[in-house]
Amino acid sequence: MAKTTTTDIWISGTEAPEPADWMVAGTDEGAQEMVRHETEERDREQRGSRVMDDWVVDDTIDDDERMIVNMGPQHPSTHGVLRLNIELEGEIVRRVKPIIGYLHTGMEKTAETLTFLQGGTNVTRMDYLAPLHNELCYSLAVEKLLGVEIPPRAQAIRVLLTELNRVSSHLVATATNGMDIGALSMMMYGFRERELILEFFEKTTGLRMNHNFIRPGGVAADLPDGWREDVDQIIVRITAALGDYEDLLKENPIWKGRTRGVGIITAEECLAYGITGPTLRATGMDWDLRKTQPYSGIEAYDFEVVTGSRGDVYDRYRVRIGEITQSLRIVEQVMHSMPKGDYKTGDRKVSPPPRQRINESMEALIHHFKIYTEGFQVPVGETYQAIEGPRGELGCYLVSDGSGTPQRMHTRAPSFSNLAALPIMMADSLVADTVACIASLDPVMGDVDR
Amino acid sequence: MPEHSADPAPSGDQLLDSILQSVPSAETVRSLGDEVVRVSASDLIGLVEEARNGGFEMCVDITVADYLGIRTDHRFEVVINLLSLQHNRRLRLLVPVGEDDPEVPSLVGIYPGANLMEREAYDMFGIRFAGHPDLTRILMPDDWVGHPLRRDFEVGSVPVQFKASPQVS
Amino acid sequence: MAHLTGPPQLLTTTMGKAIRWAQQQSMWPATFGLACCAIEMMATGTAHNDLARFGMEVFRASPRQADLMVVAGRVSQKMAPVLRQVYDQMADPKWVISMGACASTGGMFNNYALVQGVDQIVPVDVYVPGCPPGPQSLMHGILTLQDKLVSGELSR
Repeated sequence: MAKTTTTDIWISGTEAPEPADWMVAGTDEGAQEMVRHETEERDREQRGSRVMDDWVVDDTIDDDERMIVNMGPQHPSTHGVLRLNIELEGEIVRRVKPIIGYLHTGMEKTAETLTFLQGGTNVTRMDYLAPLHNELCYSLAVEKLLGVEIPPRAQAIRVLLTELNRVSSHLVATATNGMDIGALSMMMYGFRERELILEFFEKTTGLRMNHNFIRPGGVAADLPDGWREDVDQIIVRITAALGDYEDLLKENPIWKGRTRGVGIITAEECLAYGITGPTLRATGMDWDLRKTQPYSGIEAYDFEVVTGSRGDVYDRYRVRIGEITQSLRIVEQVMHSMPKGDYKTGDRKVSPPPRQRINESMEALIHHFKIYTEGFQVPVGETYQAIEGPRGELGCYLVSDGSGTPQRMHTRAPSFSNLAALPIMMADSLVADTVACIASLDPVMGDVDR
Repeated sequence: MPEHSADPAPSGDQLLDSILQSVPSAETVRSLGDEVVRVSASDLIGLVEEARNGGFEMCVDITVADYLGIRTDHRFEVVINLLSLQHNRRLRLLVPVGEDDPEVPSLVGIYPGANLMEREAYDMFGIRFAGHPDLTRILMPDDWVGHPLRRDFEVGSVPVQFKASPQVS
Repeated sequence: MAHLTGPPQLLTTTMGKAIRWAQQQSMWPATFGLACCAIEMMATGTAHNDLARFGMEVFRASPRQADLMVVAGRVSQKMAPVLRQVYDQMADPKWVISMGACASTGGMFNNYALVQGVDQIVPVDVYVPGCPPGPQSLMHGILTLQDKLVSGELSR
């Protein structure tokens, strides 16, 4: 052991002590020795001025060094009860396996016990961030089997409500995406603006969520008095709030550092794995069922399909923000062009007689009673109807055996298929990006498990 | 239940004709405007490969319908929804499956996204997908007995109890 | 007697009351969101409704640090063991709010997949009705729990 001196701390800027005295006291080998044999390149790596992508090239580590970490089902960043088995190699995610079913509610079984009219209460609870889309999809499928025509006002109300719902869903997606990465202000802002839409929904449908408002045959009620002012307020305030979000995140270096180039998925992978919605559009594919296979008269409105180019978390966030703007555009057009007329079909097979007739006529009362107790019979057939939900293609496969309840009701849940993207996005990425990937996919577990 | 409305598909559809060329046993119908092809399980892989090469890039959905008490020969029907983005068309394949040996070939080799959907169909209906890499339960717990969405599986509702209501002796 | 002017310097109470008061004012919920109600629970905690007014906004990610479990949503048969495990991991004293119709009774889903009422698994102190209960309902449930605590109806 070398001799110790009184000068064991050297404050930089002061006069350096005798080298032999303090260096040798630290370690016998001498700290300076190690650096001297290094190459300049390796030196830069150690200082961090040169970054090496060691997690994609080097795959020679033994299996013993791999570790399986269980994330969820009770975890604050899994957006519900998603469970992931993550195989780690140090900080690097090698494999991911989503394990689902923790919210399996048996809704497809319950749907077989409910009449076609009651089915709306069931499907609206599937994707609880976009309940109106579920109702619309189911109603369109039933109407396709029934072959009833929907009056223009009902169609416009449906478009108005679903597009507002898309805005509120994307607000939550952006808010939770921000929260998961650490931008907690975004969480507060997103939910603040969502309340505006929820208040309008409560005024219109009676409930903040799970509305059961869009029903086979039309909608449950007409829009409330003063809806134009409310919708106008929503458009004005959310448009202003979007400016705040852009200030907050768009050019934020931390946000970009956490999201750019993270969780990349290509268009080919999306097609192979059946991934739709903003995730697909962020790869550059301009596939939007509202444009390609329009429903409910949405082709009459002018809007653009928002696409990204790189397919990373940042692009998915940009696509969602863009879709909020486009949805508000549609909402504004619907507001100005709302047709007059009835809000549900006049087909007495599906919709009950008007209130006035029920007061006057015994037959009308019985008619009303039978529709709401037995339900209406739907002709034999099977059909598939798809709409563009906030998370992608939302489909409903419906089989009727001619009775009042469906023989089979299956929902093609976008979140369920999109979960297949997680292993692709997260393989060979850093474990810190796991949460960013999940959040950018925006899975709703009620939709996944049903 | 009578058969679904089975209008013959309009002839002269080049895409559909070229896909169905190699599978003569496939039967084409139109159901409420949708293009539907009924195909046997043995011909399924050939047809799906043709459809994949013909431009149906995406397998949107795989599910099963149970026709217990309605159909005598083939109780289940596997429903495969394909989507072509380049042609903007949909194609639905119906594969009748018997109750005794419910097995169809897996589509995972052609559409990797079929993995989760086939697991769900297996979990809910007990249809086996031959060649699937990991055919295990997905929604129900691993030790669950039975396949819940079969029509002969009870809904499993329990009678509602009102705890505070006075006991009737 | 100059020291008697101004606010009183001394307060007499019982130990139990003091403890209950402290428990009431710093109840930390666990983030146990399951389904639709979880979204309303998040809405309760965020800007518009601001649960922080009642000293409850510190949602803890770890059950070890939480006193209150808000079972927000439907509990499936697969989730039930997990729920019980999370409850067991919470430190005493602990309370449970069953939020929503599904958690309380199974709601409209009386079928094979759901536990018909979370009180079959964990003891529940307050049931909040609704499908889903709005933020005001959840706040009322939380205030009810605080009232029950302070009045001594619930003492742990």
